[in-house]
Amino acid sequence: MYTVEVKNLYKHFDGVHAIDGIDLATDEGEYLVLLGPSGCGKTTLLRTIAGLEEPTSGDVLIGGQVVTGLPPRARRIAMVFQSYALYPHKTVLANIVFPLKAAGVPPEERERKARTAAGMLGIEHLLDRKPRQLSGGERQRVALARALVRDPAVFLLDEPLSNLDAKLRASARDELKRFQQEIGTTTIYVTHDQSEAMGLGDRIAVMSQGRVRQIGHPVEIYDDPADTFVATFIGSPPMNLVPRGDTLVGFRPEHLLPVENVRGERVTTTLEVQRMEYLSGDRHVYGTVDLGEGPTRVIARLPATVETPIAVGERHEFAVPVERLRFFDAAEGKRTAPIRLGP
Amino acid sequence: MAAPPDVAARRRLADRDGALAWIFLSPAVVYILALVGLPFVLAVAFSLSDVTGGDPSFDWVGLQNFERIFSDPVFWRSLRNTFVFTAVSMFFIVLFGKVLANVLIADFKGRWLVRFLVLLPWTTPVALSTITWLWLLDSVFSPIDWVLRQIGLLQTNMFWLGQPTLAMASVIAVHVWRLVPLAAVIMMAGLLSIPKDVQEQALVDGAGYWRRMFEVTIPLTAPVIAISALFGAIFTFTDMTVVYVLTRGGPTNETQVLASWAFFRGIEGSDIGQGAAIALFLFPLLLAAAIAILRAVRRMEVG
Repeated sequence: MYTVEVKNLYKHFDGVHAIDGIDLATDEGEYLVLLGPSGCGKTTLLRTIAGLEEPTSGDVLIGGQVVTGLPPRARRIAMVFQSYALYPHKTVLANIVFPLKAAGVPPEERERKARTAAGMLGIEHLLDRKPRQLSGGERQRVALARALVRDPAVFLLDEPLSNLDAKLRASARDELKRFQQEIGTTTIYVTHDQSEAMGLGDRIAVMSQGRVRQIGHPVEIYDDPADTFVATFIGSPPMNLVPRGDTLVGFRPEHLLPVENVRGERVTTTLEVQRMEYLSGDRHVYGTVDLGEGPTRVIARLPATVETPIAVGERHEFAVPVERLRFFDAAEGKRTAPIRLGP
Repeated sequence: MAAPPDVAARRRLADRDGALAWIFLSPAVVYILALVGLPFVLAVAFSLSDVTGGDPSFDWVGLQNFERIFSDPVFWRSLRNTFVFTAVSMFFIVLFGKVLANVLIADFKGRWLVRFLVLLPWTTPVALSTITWLWLLDSVFSPIDWVLRQIGLLQTNMFWLGQPTLAMASVIAVHVWRLVPLAAVIMMAGLLSIPKDVQEQALVDGAGYWRRMFEVTIPLTAPVIAISALFGAIFTFTDMTVVYVLTRGGPTNETQVLASWAFFRGIEGSDIGQGAAIALFLFPLLLAAAIAILRAVRRMEVG
C-alpha cells in the first residue's frame, strides 16, 4: 500500500496557471476522486503525478519518496487514459503483456500474470482479438487489465467511463468500485461527473481554476460545501443561494418544502411559483423567494411523498429546517457563521 | 411557418450531381488521355517501328528493336545500375527520412530554422541543385576535396565522378539528398497521426526509447513508410536528371540507368524505335509498384 502526496504544486503553461498551488495527500489504499469542470486542472494534476508533465515547482511523492524528476516508468504507476490508448496493432494479450515485457519479466511469468489479470476482468475469451474488434466496455477492461498486470503502487484513471454509453457506464462504475476494493490499490480518479465522483470516491477533491476548493467525504462535500463554487457545482439541481445583507443563505432544493412538511425549527418564506417539472416522480418547482434583497430564483425539489397541491403563478408558504441552512460570505464565497433569519 | 416549395425555381446545374461529376472529371480525363495515354500508345508503336530522327516514316519491324537492345551490353548494365541505384537510394532515403521526421516533430528552440533547412533541397529545382553538386564534385576544383586536403585526410583529388564506384556513390548520394525531405515530410505526417495517448501509454507502461520506437511507432507508421518508400522507388526508377547532369551516364556507362539510356539512345542518338523499346521496359516494373501502392493504401483505409 502506498500513498500519493503533492506538495505546493504549481504548473504554468505560457502564463496559464493550470495548477496553482495544490497540497494533497491520499491515504493508503484510498480511492480519491478529482472532480471539477473542464479546464480546472484535474487532468494536468493527474499527468503531473504520472510524470507526463514536469511541474513548474513543487513536489510529487509516491510512497513517501520524492519522484518529481523521475520519468513515468520509474514511478510504479499505472494509468488508464480516457481513450484507453490500447495499442491498435497488438492483440489483447500483447497489450496486457506489454508493461511486463518492458519491465523484463520472463515470458512464462508474463503470460501467467496476463491471464490472471484477464481472468479478474472476465476477458480471457478476448485475448487473441485486436482492439478494433472490441466494444467500448471490453476495451475498458483490457485497459484495466493492462494497468493491473504489473502490480502498480498507484492507479491513475483519467475519465475512464466517459467513452461508454449511459447504460454501460452505470454497471462499469459499480464494477470499477468493486474491483478497487478487491485489490486495494491506492487510486486517483479524474472526472467531471459528480455522480461518478459521489458514487466511487472515498474522498473527493473538488477543483476549480487550478486549486483544490474542498476535499472530503462525499457526504461532507454535499452537506457542508466550503464555498459557493462547491455548493453550486455539486448537486443537481445545485444549492440555492439567496442574498441577505452581505451574506448568501444556501439550502439544497430537497430541503425547501411546503411549510406543513417541515417539522422542528424552521425558516419560512414565500415562494412565487413560475414553472414546474416532473422528473422521475419528483416535482421540481422553479420560482423566486425574497429574503430582503429582492426576488431570487430558487428551485425546490419535492419528493413524490409530498402531495401538497402547487400551481404555477401562485404563491405558497415554503420552509427550510434551520439545521439545513448554510451561510456564505457574499463577496468571497467562503463559509461564514450563521446569521439570524426571520423575525 | 416555412414557405411552400417554389416550384417555379427549377433545378439548377449546381444541383445536378450527375452532370457535375462529368464536368469536374473531364479536365483530369482529358489530361490523362493527352499526356499519359497518347504518349504511351505512341511509345508502343515506335518500339515496333524503325522510326529515327532522320527518317520519321513509320515502318513495321516487329520485335527487332527489342532483340537489338537485349543484345546490347549497355542495356544490361543500365538495368543492373537502375536496380542498384533504386535499392541503395531507397534504403538511405527511408532511413534518413525516418530520422529527419523525428527531428521535424521534435519541439526545440530554433526548430523553424531546422525545418527550413531540411526542406530546402526539395524546394530547389533539381537541375539547379544538381549543377551545384556538379561543381562540388568537380575533378579539379572540388571544395569537398579541398576541405579534405586541408584537414590532411587526402593527398590528391578524389575524382568523384571519374571513377566507376565513386561516380555511382555520388549519384546515389545526390539523389538521396534530394528525396529525403519528401520522405521525411510524408513520414512526419505518419508520426503525427499516432494518437498522443498511445505514446504516453507506452511511457507509463515503462517502455524505453527503442522499445517505443520498434514496438509502437514503427508498426503504427508502417503503412505510411511503405507508401513513401514505394513512391520514392518509382520516382528513383524513372529518374534520369541526377545521372544526366552529374555524369551523363559515364564514366563509360558505369552510371547509366534505363531512363538515361533510353534518352541517349532515342533522343540524342536519334534511334527513336530503340529508345522507346528501352523506356517501355520500365513499364511492367512500374505497374507492379503502382499496384503495390494502391493495395497498401487500401489496407490502410480498411485498418
